[in-house]
Amino acid sequence: MNMIQAINSALEVMMARDDAIVVMGEDVGYFGGVFRATAGLQKKFGKTRVFDTPITECGIIGVAVGMGAYGLRPVPEIQFADYIYPALDQLVSEAARLRYRSDGEFIAPLTVRSPFGGGIFGGQTHSQSPEGIFTHVSGLKTVIPSTPYDAKGLLIAAIEDNDPVIFFEPKRIYNGPFNGHWDRPAENWSKHPAGEVPSGYYRIPLGKANVVREGEAVTILAYGTMVHVCLNVVAEAGVDAEVIDLRTLVPLDIETIEQSVRKTGRCMIVHEATRTSGYGAELAALVQERCFYHLEAPIERVTGFDTPYPHSLEWAYFPGPVRIGMALKKILKD
Amino acid sequence: MPTDYKPRLHIPTPVSRPGDTPDFSRLDLSAAGAIRRPETCAAEAQMRDIPFALIRVLDDAGQAVGPWNPQLPPEVLRRGLRAMLVTRVFDDRLFRAHRQGKTSFYMKSTGEEALAVAPSLMLGRHDMSFPTYRVLGWLMARDYPLVDLCHQIFSNARDPLKGRQLPILYSARDYGFYSLSGNVGSRFGHAVGWAMASAYRGEDHVALAYIGEGTTAEGDFHEALTFASVYRAPAILCVTNNQWAISSFAGIAGGEETTFAAKAIGYGLPGLRVDGNDFLAVWAAVAWAAERARAGQGATLIEFFTYRAAGHSTSDDPTRYRPADEAAHWPLGDPVDRLKAHLIAIGEWDEERHAVLLADLDRDVRAAVKEAEQTGTLGNSKPPVAEMFEGVFKELDWRLIEQRREVEA
Repeated sequence: MNMIQAINSALEVMMARDDAIVVMGEDVGYFGGVFRATAGLQKKFGKTRVFDTPITECGIIGVAVGMGAYGLRPVPEIQFADYIYPALDQLVSEAARLRYRSDGEFIAPLTVRSPFGGGIFGGQTHSQSPEGIFTHVSGLKTVIPSTPYDAKGLLIAAIEDNDPVIFFEPKRIYNGPFNGHWDRPAENWSKHPAGEVPSGYYRIPLGKANVVREGEAVTILAYGTMVHVCLNVVAEAGVDAEVIDLRTLVPLDIETIEQSVRKTGRCMIVHEATRTSGYGAELAALVQERCFYHLEAPIERVTGFDTPYPHSLEWAYFPGPVRIGMALKKILKD
Repeated sequence: MPTDYKPRLHIPTPVSRPGDTPDFSRLDLSAAGAIRRPETCAAEAQMRDIPFALIRVLDDAGQAVGPWNPQLPPEVLRRGLRAMLVTRVFDDRLFRAHRQGKTSFYMKSTGEEALAVAPSLMLGRHDMSFPTYRVLGWLMARDYPLVDLCHQIFSNARDPLKGRQLPILYSARDYGFYSLSGNVGSRFGHAVGWAMASAYRGEDHVALAYIGEGTTAEGDFHEALTFASVYRAPAILCVTNNQWAISSFAGIAGGEETTFAAKAIGYGLPGLRVDGNDFLAVWAAVAWAAERARAGQGATLIEFFTYRAAGHSTSDDPTRYRPADEAAHWPLGDPVDRLKAHLIAIGEWDEERHAVLLADLDRDVRAAVKEAEQTGTLGNSKPPVAEMFEGVFKELDWRLIEQRREVEA
């Protein structure tokens, strides 16, 4: 399966198991979603379980919170993460705090799916990586898969979770892993081991990172598309790096990170999102606090620049092989 | 065309300011009993005159008249009167408790008791209200324990919400009262989602949401009406038009050119405009909308036309922006006085019983405050500090466990 099919499969498996699950969003019903993630679901489960909504992100999330309070488990879709901002008030002031402020009388067991990330010439409003906005909000969980196998297992875990989960899908790798070389032919998930996805139920617990490459020289922390870019840079450079796919940013698998950095003594953080106050800053702070006496070099951050996401200058903006390679050289210098 | 015509910026301004004589002569108030009552199954297109009128049942002589008279038995009327009275007594007592430093904050609902109490009594145990911070009467009508209200207001060790919430932002699921929050309007759409979930489950539970007229300007109002209309959600969406949003009069919220009930028309929903100080009219309108919702006919927008008789909150001094005696000139009177007059007019109540009831309620409220004070008032008693970390998630993650250790160390 590619990642779209894996997400579709997760929704199908979960909807068959639990009639409290409803899927809603712009174009998700009859049409099956602009990325096809919900294709066939309305036909299989009916219009009242998979339905199109008016174009109002704040409305979609607000209504989903109310459905959750009733006892349903809504899986709303926001067509692009770039358009999640109208729903910020609902996510920050309502979904994230409902359990806390009502002492558990009402909960918001939503899973908000949204395609995110760049590398597709999406320009300013089809490329953003706003995860740092959500990891900053107490009461929200943030999940970002990097393979079809993980996407399905993590989405199932997110849907089953009783807390609101922001599930960002890196759309650059919907169809295949991206090695960072935009000028070479695209790869396909069919040749990748993580493209093997069981058709039935399985889950990958939230809060567990995946060490996708073991190594001794440096720890690389990444998620989403950047996991594949990092793996490829490391292979091309012949560096014995340990690459950790965080998979969930909140809750974060701090143990795996700590163990790795204590072993390697070096830590590099890679994300597409803009640098200032991005999630990389939190990761750097945590590593510094917990692994200070093991660090042999300053922590490196390779990220998007502090600009809006540009269109024609995409590959100068994207933290690709050249920039990651330079950072690797720098961090391994001593 | 006048030669001096030119565009100019219009800033709505209330008729009366501090020092002026209150003037409500501009209001076009329908007479009690004058407005027709459409069948609950009627098409919205057949009732587009209704949102511009004012549904009233109680006339100046205290008689219930016209097609909207819900014909309630006297014991229900007395129950309503009792719940409204205890709301007012409680408000007065706790407002004073704020002045005495026993709580950090309080908001009264004086003058708006009917629009909270009547729907609470009218709707069933499985229906859910999505309140604003000014519908305490809903809880009073369902006999929520007074002492627990006080615990919450004092944020003490027995606060049902563990000291996490500002005073009066209650949550009471078992009483059909959804979790309140300080940000306005953001729960209006929750009611629609809740109602959609009920319909999805094939259940006949309805959601009733309140929003102030000032907050209708928020996007949440538009979104809720859009969803309610699109999916025919069994929701009753109520605008409490009490004329004031803190210091801004209703004209600033868009009430100068049209009524808030009339906003329903653009969404294809029925709009009812109701005398919010008339317990019987409020009851009848909610009953009409509930019947329509349960019959699968979808949502109704109701404007409760009322007046915020007290200040916005303990932090507000209304004499700085409106005439001090404006409430006394409100032409729709006081909801408690009007229901009392009706009960007396039909021979089901008298001044003596009223005085006894008032004394009883005053004693109950004093006793509740006193009992809660024994646990502690603001700052004298707090929930365990560990409670600060509970409920963020279903289970604490390592960050919260570590942070809890910091304060417990």
